[in-house]
Amino acid sequence: MSSVTADHVSGHDHAHDHDHGHAMLHGWRRWLFATNHKDIGTMYLIFSFAMLLEGGTLALLLRTELFEPGLQFFRPELFNQFTTMHGLIMVFGAIMPAFVGFANWMVPLQIGASDMAFARMNNFSFWLLPVAAVLLTTSFFVPGGATAAGWTLYAPLTAQMGPGMDLTIFAVHIMGASSIMGAINIVVTILNMRAPGMTLMKMPLFCWTWLITAYLLIAVMPVLAAAITMVLTDRHFGTGFFNAAAGGDPVLYQHIFWFFGHPEVYIMILPAFGIVSAIVPAFARKKLFGYASMVYATASIAILSFIVWAHHMFATGMPVTAQLYFMYATMLISIPTGVKVFNWVATMWKGSMTFETPMLFAVGFIFVFTIGGFTGLILSMAPIDIQVHDTYYVVAHFHYVLVAGSLFALFAGTYYWLPKWCGYMYDEKLGKIHFWSSMISFNVTFFPMHFLGLAGMPRRYADYAAQFTDFHQIATIGAFWFGISQLLFLYIILKAYAGKGTPAAAKPWDGAEGLEWTVPSPAPFHTFETPPEVK
Amino acid sequence: MKKFRGLLVACAMLMSGMVGAQVKDMPGGPRVNQLNLPEGVSQVARDVVGLHYMMLIICLVIFVAVFGVMFYSIWAHRKSRGAKSASFHEHVGVEVAWTVVPFLIVIAMALPATRTVVAMKDTSGADMTIKVTGYQWKWGYEYIDGSAKGVKYLSNLATPRAQIENKEPKGPFYLMEVDHPLVVPVGKKIKVAVTAGDVIHSWMVPELGVKQDAIPGFIRNTWFRADKVGEFRGQCTELCGKDHAFMPIVVKVVSEADFAKWSDEQQKLLAASADDPNKEWTQAELVARGEKVYAANCVACHQGSGKGVQGAFPALDGSKVVLGPKAEQIAVLLKGRSGTAMQSFAAQLNDVEIAAVITYTRNTWGNGGKGQDPMVAPADVKAAR
Repeated sequence: MSSVTADHVSGHDHAHDHDHGHAMLHGWRRWLFATNHKDIGTMYLIFSFAMLLEGGTLALLLRTELFEPGLQFFRPELFNQFTTMHGLIMVFGAIMPAFVGFANWMVPLQIGASDMAFARMNNFSFWLLPVAAVLLTTSFFVPGGATAAGWTLYAPLTAQMGPGMDLTIFAVHIMGASSIMGAINIVVTILNMRAPGMTLMKMPLFCWTWLITAYLLIAVMPVLAAAITMVLTDRHFGTGFFNAAAGGDPVLYQHIFWFFGHPEVYIMILPAFGIVSAIVPAFARKKLFGYASMVYATASIAILSFIVWAHHMFATGMPVTAQLYFMYATMLISIPTGVKVFNWVATMWKGSMTFETPMLFAVGFIFVFTIGGFTGLILSMAPIDIQVHDTYYVVAHFHYVLVAGSLFALFAGTYYWLPKWCGYMYDEKLGKIHFWSSMISFNVTFFPMHFLGLAGMPRRYADYAAQFTDFHQIATIGAFWFGISQLLFLYIILKAYAGKGTPAAAKPWDGAEGLEWTVPSPAPFHTFETPPEVK
Repeated sequence: MKKFRGLLVACAMLMSGMVGAQVKDMPGGPRVNQLNLPEGVSQVARDVVGLHYMMLIICLVIFVAVFGVMFYSIWAHRKSRGAKSASFHEHVGVEVAWTVVPFLIVIAMALPATRTVVAMKDTSGADMTIKVTGYQWKWGYEYIDGSAKGVKYLSNLATPRAQIENKEPKGPFYLMEVDHPLVVPVGKKIKVAVTAGDVIHSWMVPELGVKQDAIPGFIRNTWFRADKVGEFRGQCTELCGKDHAFMPIVVKVVSEADFAKWSDEQQKLLAASADDPNKEWTQAELVARGEKVYAANCVACHQGSGKGVQGAFPALDGSKVVLGPKAEQIAVLLKGRSGTAMQSFAAQLNDVEIAAVITYTRNTWGNGGKGQDPMVAPADVKAAR
């Protein structure tokens, strides 16, 4: 590892000189021209929370229409726009940028680097996002409204959309470029800027999961860009990639999209695994069980994610051999995922546990995410998938892994690192209320959807048979409860930032480990200007 | 398993007592607060139910075991109970075991699933073939062989608009009833060749264990063999535009004798309704005929008022195309407008129907025959094909 250390020192010095050229800017300049990883991380987190509220509002509009059978509030065209934009905004606006925000804040602090490798690119990759968000949001107001083709943007339905579709394609291009830049930045930072003595296998698991996620992003975001570019040229320039009449194939789009889409699923969950792997040992006061196997399991999941994409397409009708192959390959993913869950439980075993809010969310994550994992295993079985494909069963499944998975891990991480970010402890009592309220309302919302799906209720429907009414009403009540619970989260965070809490020590959690706890709370504007020595 | 089912039923009954007690189970469709897959009226559907129970049980056992350990640990190994943390953090034996054992479990799951996959994909030896075409927003059925060979018709949602808009109480088959169901004989292997005319749809009937995406330009085959007489209901399961929720599927399974009778009737109707191409149509006749064609094919987008939906579907009332020379309007109906929801009707409607619907639009609303060419004859359409 000596060569890595030497590389690192020269790389670091460069960034170091650079930083000293600028004093901290004040006012709006500090944010618009931000090159500091902490400021950029904060902006990412604020942006993603704003998007969470926008996407959440759309979800509540959907749930409002679905409270009763019949059309009450929205025409189906508008309902489809809400469904589509809810998905796009949550995936590309809320979950992905939130994890990049965590990476910006925590990766340099955890590896003992002074900043991210490419500070100006970091600024650019953030400021692209608000532009994309404005494009997406304004697309509601152009003639024909926003795209209503579903977040998967399947051709040839996309060919029928109005100019809102083009705005969405442009927005997704921009967000993809932002993700690629963010990913390159993270890879270079982790590989070149680790403190002396911090070998790869000593790195906190959050950095490991993000390193692997960043490679996934670099590999698949261009694939998505290619798919939607083909949609764009099909729409405007007479190409026929996805038009059978012109020699194309609509199913080709789905293959390309899901070649991006399946790794995308892991892009949204691997950093969550990293956060949970930091929190569980801290509150069990015991080292993470099976560190090496965690790293290998993460890498296996990432590799498998490239060879299972067509399990999203069992209903398109593939040859029997392809269907069997994708079924077997998909089932394999449950093995490394299982290893992770077993490792977390083994970490808790014979620990000395306390249950502050971060730990509650982490344990809640393990419990509820696993339910989503099991329904994933059930869905991997092609005959069952064909019965419940594109029904509410699938909606329930991916909300169990994306809300109870990714979002709960983000909450856990926020409570865990908030003292480091703002220097004050959050209100523990309110934090616990937020956890229990979110946990219960989440299950009230999404558990009944399994039943709806098994009974044959298709997804993306503005109206439904009266036999489905009760479960839809329960889901709607749960959704509003869940939505309101997140306002409590906002209040808790703002209260801590306003300094209305006990001041946090450098290491507020007695079982926590890592370099981030060696700097004061709040973390000063510049940290690790001279790299720490890791033994 | 029986016990478990009993528990499910008990839960369902409890739930159904809560709200909307007047809603009853829909025969062949969803039951009120149904909790599991439908029982199935084909071997494939029943196999899927079996596989699902198997998966549910395996997953539940693992779930209880893993979280039993976790919650025991949460209870026993907490600091407030004076637990001291141990220092172990790896164990090769345990780690290998919990990698290998799940692998074996996965193989055990895959074996029975493989059998069902192979059975589902085997469309050979079919007794009858039916072509199913998805359109925005209706299904087209065409009998390719057998006694009903040549019979083809469209199947539209039969639920009145007033029920959807909450102006009338909802009927017992709300959203899952059609004007002309697909009729098939019981106990026969029916091959379904699925395709689409515009965008991707998906043809699903849960009770039959069938779901196949309808892909424009491609035909994908699936099959079912219903072993019970009755009506079985499903819906479109691939987002296909605004009326995605309003294009259900009803399959009416009848005895072989009834099917023979039905196909005989259909063949006679087919012969009788074939429009005589040599008949001279008057403008009034065309308008009357066109009104029906319009109601079945055009009204969903262009609306009964002919005003369309602003920003999405153009108005026909006052439209330049409708008031202009007939050739352009004929071309739009025959070729569609690419990049919009306006599809080609060349395959769905015959010359008389297209001439009639064009004549109807040229003589209705504010158009009132004011434009050029107020009447279009079937011969004009034939010439333009």
